Amino acid sequence: MRIMKTLGLAAVLAATSGLVHAQDLRIGLQEDPDVLDPDQSRTFVGRIVYASLCDKLVDITPELEIVPMLATGWEWNEDGTELTMTLREGVTFHDGEPFNAEAVVANIDRSQNFELSRRKSEVKSIESVEAVDDLTVKFTLSAPDATLLAQFADRSGMMLSPKATAEAGEEFGLNPVCAGPFTFKERIQQDRIVLEKFTDYYRADEINFDTVTFLPIPDTTVRLANLRAGDLDMLERLAATDLGSAEADDGLTVEKATSLGYQAMTINVGNGPRAENPLGENAAVRQALSLSIDRAALNQVVFEGAFAPGNQPFAPTSPWYNAEFPVPERDVEAAKALLAEAGFADGVTIEVQVANNPVQTQVMQVIQSMAGEAGITIELAAKEFATLLADQSAGDYTASQVGWSGRVDPDGNIHQFMTTGGGINDSKYSDPDMDKFLNEARLSTDPAVRKESYDAAIAKQQEDMPIVYLYHPVWIWVLDNDIDGFTPYPDGMIRLHGVSKTE
Amino acid sequence: MLAFLARRILIAIPTVILISIFVFGLQHLLPGDPILVMAGEERDPEVIAALREKYRFNDPIPVQYLAWAGNALQGDLGISLRTQQPVLELIGEKLPVTIQLAVMALIIAILIGIPAGVLSAYKKGTWIDWVANIVALSGLSVPNFWLGIMLILLVSVKLGWLPASGYMPLTEDPLQSIRTMLMPAFVLGTAIAATLMRHTRSAMLSVLKSDYVRTARAKGLKERVVLIKHALRNALVPVVTVITLLFGELLAGAVLTEQIFTIPGFGKLVVDAVFNRDYAVVQGIVLCTGIAFIFMNILADAAYRILNPRMSDR
Repeated sequence: MRIMKTLGLAAVLAATSGLVHAQDLRIGLQEDPDVLDPDQSRTFVGRIVYASLCDKLVDITPELEIVPMLATGWEWNEDGTELTMTLREGVTFHDGEPFNAEAVVANIDRSQNFELSRRKSEVKSIESVEAVDDLTVKFTLSAPDATLLAQFADRSGMMLSPKATAEAGEEFGLNPVCAGPFTFKERIQQDRIVLEKFTDYYRADEINFDTVTFLPIPDTTVRLANLRAGDLDMLERLAATDLGSAEADDGLTVEKATSLGYQAMTINVGNGPRAENPLGENAAVRQALSLSIDRAALNQVVFEGAFAPGNQPFAPTSPWYNAEFPVPERDVEAAKALLAEAGFADGVTIEVQVANNPVQTQVMQVIQSMAGEAGITIELAAKEFATLLADQSAGDYTASQVGWSGRVDPDGNIHQFMTTGGGINDSKYSDPDMDKFLNEARLSTDPAVRKESYDAAIAKQQEDMPIVYLYHPVWIWVLDNDIDGFTPYPDGMIRLHGVSKTE
Repeated sequence: MLAFLARRILIAIPTVILISIFVFGLQHLLPGDPILVMAGEERDPEVIAALREKYRFNDPIPVQYLAWAGNALQGDLGISLRTQQPVLELIGEKLPVTIQLAVMALIIAILIGIPAGVLSAYKKGTWIDWVANIVALSGLSVPNFWLGIMLILLVSVKLGWLPASGYMPLTEDPLQSIRTMLMPAFVLGTAIAATLMRHTRSAMLSVLKSDYVRTARAKGLKERVVLIKHALRNALVPVVTVITLLFGELLAGAVLTEQIFTIPGFGKLVVDAVFNRDYAVVQGIVLCTGIAFIFMNILADAAYRILNPRMSDR
């Protein structure tokens, strides 16, 4: 009898320990990612999935320092035109192919030359790449490019199995093969993406889940309800309006990080005939608009104070922020004086286009009433996002309320927006000094030297204001209390190394 | 019957072609540029040019249409610009989901709507009639998204009876599949039940006044038999018409319901495709929906003939 009991107990123990190990982590995403090919994809949520699927050459710390990942070390030559990287030994891709210098060469080639690559501009500075030996790779640049390492900390640095890319071509995204902690199992569009633990992962001991399931649930209230009902273990991007209720829930943990991105008003200063208006032609009017906005109140009213008010492309908490220009207090009188000085004592009327979602519309409505008190009448044109983007790009707008998801390197948050001919310079702003500051900032790998250039650029931006910055979103994750070890990162990614679940 | 069906299907072909031309043109009239969306945040000009060339956006629209139609005739509806999945595969994946939702919603609607309609017609003017009317009206007036979120909060979060959202294929786990679908089907069904109840009620009222019902009663038939066998059967003809028309409403309602309950069906697919200007997907869905709609209408016409043999071919 006693033996029976012992056996029974052992069986129960074996069964339950089996349960403890067969763990699935369920993560609620705000959107359904696009194609799962790092060279082709363009969505933020796609990058969240890659954080578990595709390791990169380098990674970042929460403080934005570049740290080793698939590359264990790197060195620049004297004039910053050659980058030599040492690669990690013994790494294999999910299909068993070895990761080595040849694989890096093939990956860079695909990012640069694949017909459908969206990464071309990110790796443009690479003139050639060569496998010095099995674990050493040398990049030769056409000009010094301090931003390259940060690019390698994102999609351009994700390593895909060269065998898989050669075989699948454009269709790689239907069955991605990388070298990350999890392998791709299945995807049902708009329903779920399931990844399975990669047993040969070089840091497998840090991975505590057998599977991870990403579930796109666009409605934030429903996403939170799913977490509360136990159908999810964690979610990303909680709406600021739900923050109070999530924080009050004893069963949930809330984690936050100020994002690298921003929301702003882009002003048309030289993009076709629609720039010919007081706002587009007159920096003083743009400064008046900026001064009329109470950014702290905007944050309180729309985001319950959870976001970070801002006035530069970098958040006030960023090391790149120019502290000489703090977020301005609202000053209606000064705004009126600026308008009068510019010859618009009777006020001006401007049209601002805004994406037709409730949050951005509310942001603009608050600004509309604030600016109105300073004599700036704002007419809102609510547009569906694809239309807004097309109009903005074509110059068919006066001002446009849009944002940027943010990049690790400061260059990614300002260069293309403010330099003459920049790819996303929809303001068509052009100033030789600004071009000089921003181009110079790319040349040095010394942060102190770069900071000087960015400080000068920000001073210029505060004067000319082709973009009026408003605030920096804060990433809000909500986790079930039994999830441990999660670290919030300012890039909004979910890194599962060291994350575990207690039953 | 067969000749009737063949005739109807032949007439449907030009309609389908017209629908596809119309939608193709309409999509290209929409403001917004799919390539700009696809190029990503950076909108690299080089990338934009390559994508335009690759997806034939430089061709004139009629040429693009003919290319699409040519492929469609061979059963190739193109690929999704967003995920590169073949459109036909996507539709095959999503259609069963929405059909399951629609069928379950319709069953719920019929189970609630028709008995309620019969009862309130039979008990016209009494409190039963009033209660049925009030319930029906509120079902019609309460917005889907509100009812959906309230149900999730009550049934899933508070009571923990049903999963809050998501989807399980019927083939994998039938019970769980029905459980996940129950709330959305209910939300979708209640709105339709109201319409159904009103139509059943008015049809029953007019039938109950007719001579043959009086005759049936005079023959001394049981009231239940008079009601179900004689009155309801005839009253159902207009109700069947309504059910077919409601099919469209069901698909439209599914768009919202699927969004709330995160069901990976047709509705969610089409909304995302329109917002991303995923032309091939929108085109494919409209084509399939159009065909389904025509098919439902043919089925309804066939159903009339079964319910009322006098309507058959001369």
